[in-house]
Amino acid sequence: MNVQLPAEKLTPKDFASDQEVRWCPGCGDYAILKAMHKSLADMGVRPENTVFVSGIGCSSRFPYYMATYGFHTIHGRAPAIATGLKLARPELDIWMVTGDGDALSIGGNHLFHVLRRNVDINILLFNNEIYGLTKGQASPTSRIGQRSPSTPMGSVDSPAEACVFALGCNARFIARGIDVQAKELGELFSRARAHKGASFIEIIQNCIVYNDATFASFTEKAVAAEMQLHVKHGERMIFGKERNKGIRFNAQTFALEVAVMGENGVTEADILVHDEKNRVVAGLLAAMRPPQFPEVLGVIYCDPAPSYEAAVAAQDAAARAKGPGDLDKLMRAGNTWDVA
Amino acid sequence: MNLQAHDTGVATPHTSDLDSIVVRFAGDSGDGVQLLGSQFSQETALAGNSLATFPDFPAEIRAPTGTTYGVSAFQINFGSRLIKTAGDQPDVLVALNPAALMVNYKGLRKGGLVILDAGAFKDKDIKRAGFAVDPRLDGTLKEFRVMEIDISTQALEVAKPFGVSQKEALRTKNLWVLGLVSWMYDRELKSTMEYVSRKFGAEDPIGKANLAALNAGHAYGETHELSGDVAPVSMPSVKVEAGTYRLVSGAESLAWGLVAGAQLAGLEMVLASYPITPSSPILHILARLKQFGVTTFQAEDEIAACCAAIGASYGGKLGVTASSGPGIALKTEAIGLAIGTELPLVVVNTQRGGPSTGLPTKTEQSDLFLAVFGRNADAPMPVIASRAPGDCFDVAIEAVRLATKYMTPVMLLSDGYIANAAEPWRIPSMANYAPFNVQFRTDPEGFHPFLRDPKTLARVWAKPGTPGLMHRIGGIERDYNSGNISYDAANHQKMTDTRAAKINNIADDIPEQTVEVGETQGKLAVVGWGSTFGPINRAVFNMRAKGLDVSHIHIRHIWPLPRNLGTLLKSYEKVLVAEMNNGQMLQLLRGQYLVDAKGLLKVSGQPIKIAEVEDAIRSQLASA
Ligand SMILES: Cc1ncc(C[n+]2csc(CCOP(=O)(O)OP(=O)(O)O)c2C)c(N)n1
Ligand code: SF4
Ligand SMILES: [Mg+2]
Repeated sequence: MNVQLPAEKLTPKDFASDQEVRWCPGCGDYAILKAMHKSLADMGVRPENTVFVSGIGCSSRFPYYMATYGFHTIHGRAPAIATGLKLARPELDIWMVTGDGDALSIGGNHLFHVLRRNVDINILLFNNEIYGLTKGQASPTSRIGQRSPSTPMGSVDSPAEACVFALGCNARFIARGIDVQAKELGELFSRARAHKGASFIEIIQNCIVYNDATFASFTEKAVAAEMQLHVKHGERMIFGKERNKGIRFNAQTFALEVAVMGENGVTEADILVHDEKNRVVAGLLAAMRPPQFPEVLGVIYCDPAPSYEAAVAAQDAAARAKGPGDLDKLMRAGNTWDVA
Repeated sequence: MNLQAHDTGVATPHTSDLDSIVVRFAGDSGDGVQLLGSQFSQETALAGNSLATFPDFPAEIRAPTGTTYGVSAFQINFGSRLIKTAGDQPDVLVALNPAALMVNYKGLRKGGLVILDAGAFKDKDIKRAGFAVDPRLDGTLKEFRVMEIDISTQALEVAKPFGVSQKEALRTKNLWVLGLVSWMYDRELKSTMEYVSRKFGAEDPIGKANLAALNAGHAYGETHELSGDVAPVSMPSVKVEAGTYRLVSGAESLAWGLVAGAQLAGLEMVLASYPITPSSPILHILARLKQFGVTTFQAEDEIAACCAAIGASYGGKLGVTASSGPGIALKTEAIGLAIGTELPLVVVNTQRGGPSTGLPTKTEQSDLFLAVFGRNADAPMPVIASRAPGDCFDVAIEAVRLATKYMTPVMLLSDGYIANAAEPWRIPSMANYAPFNVQFRTDPEGFHPFLRDPKTLARVWAKPGTPGLMHRIGGIERDYNSGNISYDAANHQKMTDTRAAKINNIADDIPEQTVEVGETQGKLAVVGWGSTFGPINRAVFNMRAKGLDVSHIHIRHIWPLPRNLGTLLKSYEKVLVAEMNNGQMLQLLRGQYLVDAKGLLKVSGQPIKIAEVEDAIRSQLASA
């Protein structure tokens, strides 16, 4: 008889590698790392079946600090390496860690394709709106006017929106979290892992050295309730210190707007209920950014579709159903002749 | 009838001893010339002749009809002796339109035979091809024998009863010509008939029209009692090693060799590739071989393709990526990652003319520097080259062996000529190949990811999913003793030295350099690599028959080079390197061995000719 020993319950510490963490003190990456250690322990995953693949950047050092398998690759190409790994080993749990430059600048092409193919990989984009590792140049998510060594007079290029981009790539799971909100991040990690197909999480991450407080307008404790909208499937999109604000659809402008309940005849029934399968609303939510709107956090969109590696594996299996190929036979098929 | 065999008073079209004949088919890119050529090759192979082919097609898929840049050609050299090249000069040219004549008649042997489709020689076609006057009338072709047949009308007439469109009817021209040429050389039509029936189905009117055209061309030869130059010639079969033979193209044998290599290594394969001429057939062939444990992935670009292959190797499969020059250039950073993380990877480079887009459909050997040196930093990797279509099979197996045994990317150099050309090939039996099964690390005792085999210096291969072996690898320099990231100066020196030593040591695991024809010392060695094998070999053979002291050395292992190569080269008074680039192997050998080698260098997009090598040998031996 084959006795299956129950795997011992692992703790967050069991997911931390023995390597000294080398991010700047106070970097938001620490909090994300901690949330991940805890989340993996809570989910009861096996470290040997878990792989972290990353590109290049401060954020991409992440795999070195995980006691799982890990591959720190080259700038921008983690989606391609993770795709190859997933094709080779569909049974592995693959996480990808990338930065705003890594994912949306040099790796924009690969991010597009891993999302549209819907490869079953959990993608974590640490967005600090700056190039951390190369000492603070503007990134594709930096806002207009951002001063940096490469943009001394302020950045003039229009920023990319990570979640809008992901939706445009036909990603089927899109979420947003904040580095220091460990509990919410943990929930997103667990949702992402459960989702079959590419899961995309934008994590708002503070770079204390080169872009400190760039998200303060919605992350500061004092403003958090007014400036954060935590969406949950099936629940009304209500926020605010008084829980009296909400998001409603304006049929005249065909846009979302903030409405205050109890003012101008607005009632709770006017506030939209979050339906994470609604792609049109997801697009509007993803594009809603402070300061005009609260920052939308949580699972913005989730509507599963068949994953790429499963479709590839199905074709491979169909071709192999007739038995393994015989190379001697293959080479002798068609026109041959014998010489005595 | 339109048959006119001008009596030009020049020699017969065929070589006097008639032990080989070179036929070149040329027409518009929509005329089906490649099909005509490959079917004729198939018939010829089945007749037991030795042969070599040279498909020579334009970069444009369908250039405007009748233009010279839309001309597609297929050359075959076949004979009753061992054929080593597709032939320097055609003996027979079939020109299906004036443009095909324009592009090709100058290459024809004096006294050669031109078969023209007179139906395609309308005034506007002649002008369009760039002839001021009709070349049949102004003496342009006076050095050749000319046979004019209104092939277009013949094909139209034959196809008419099957109710196919005018366009489809005209497209049976290639089969009509195949019938005629098959009659001229006494070839069996059976394999072509089977091919047509398979392709169209027995009842399809287009298929029937094509079969009728094939038979009509053949009957035309019989009933018109063509005589003299065009009388049927029969070519006895060539004496070769016993075995089962087939025609094989370089792309086919390379793809099969990769499958064979993966089987011998005990691995499944992931091929990741991005379409590019002339590499794409490897992707197409392997995409149909899923039952062999092959998974194929058409990536978004070559960078992604190389990265995906690396990801697959990291996962414990054989990662393979295939491309051509511009794509290989894109892969270089990722290849560096595979070198740094010491993962196996096979990179197939089917070379083409460059730089940049260059000549996508033409052949060249100009990526040798790219293969050996073309990466940032000290990033050595083995490079091996195939010399002929059938040879790709063994070279691919060797690439897999080196990649898995030494945990390294390997670059396999083929080229456009090898990939597209076909040759008779004695089909190997897998039972004759010794397996080289990969051993994955599973023991956690004392494990770290950069533990090395003391002899090969290869690191252990531990794949994700293995309990107790969780580890991290990456592009940052790794500590020799733990595999953890390290910025230590002495460690970087040691790791750089180790990476170099690991690759250099492969020289102990490859055959010593041998001499293909001739002696291990003497007046002159002609050195080649890759697809120049045929012309060099034949030229050296011919010159030795004339009493000249010349030998042929052909290099397969380009990096590391065979241990004895330096000593061997120094045992000749002169060394001549013949290659289709501007002197890359020449520089490599001069740099490695301080030999005063000279070059026979050609970058015309066409293979080197036997006569060119012979001339170079003569002039080398004539000068003091
Ligand atoms: C091919 C290549 N180009 C440039 C770099 C330099 N480089 C390293 S990280 C980086 C940007 C990182 O920014 P981001 O992805 O936002 O990561 P962060 O450091 O902010 O986490 C750049 C440009 C590189 N490593 N490789
Ligand atoms: S530079 Fe910024 S992102 Fe990088 S480690 Fe320091 S604080 Fe974190
Ligand atoms: Mg960044």
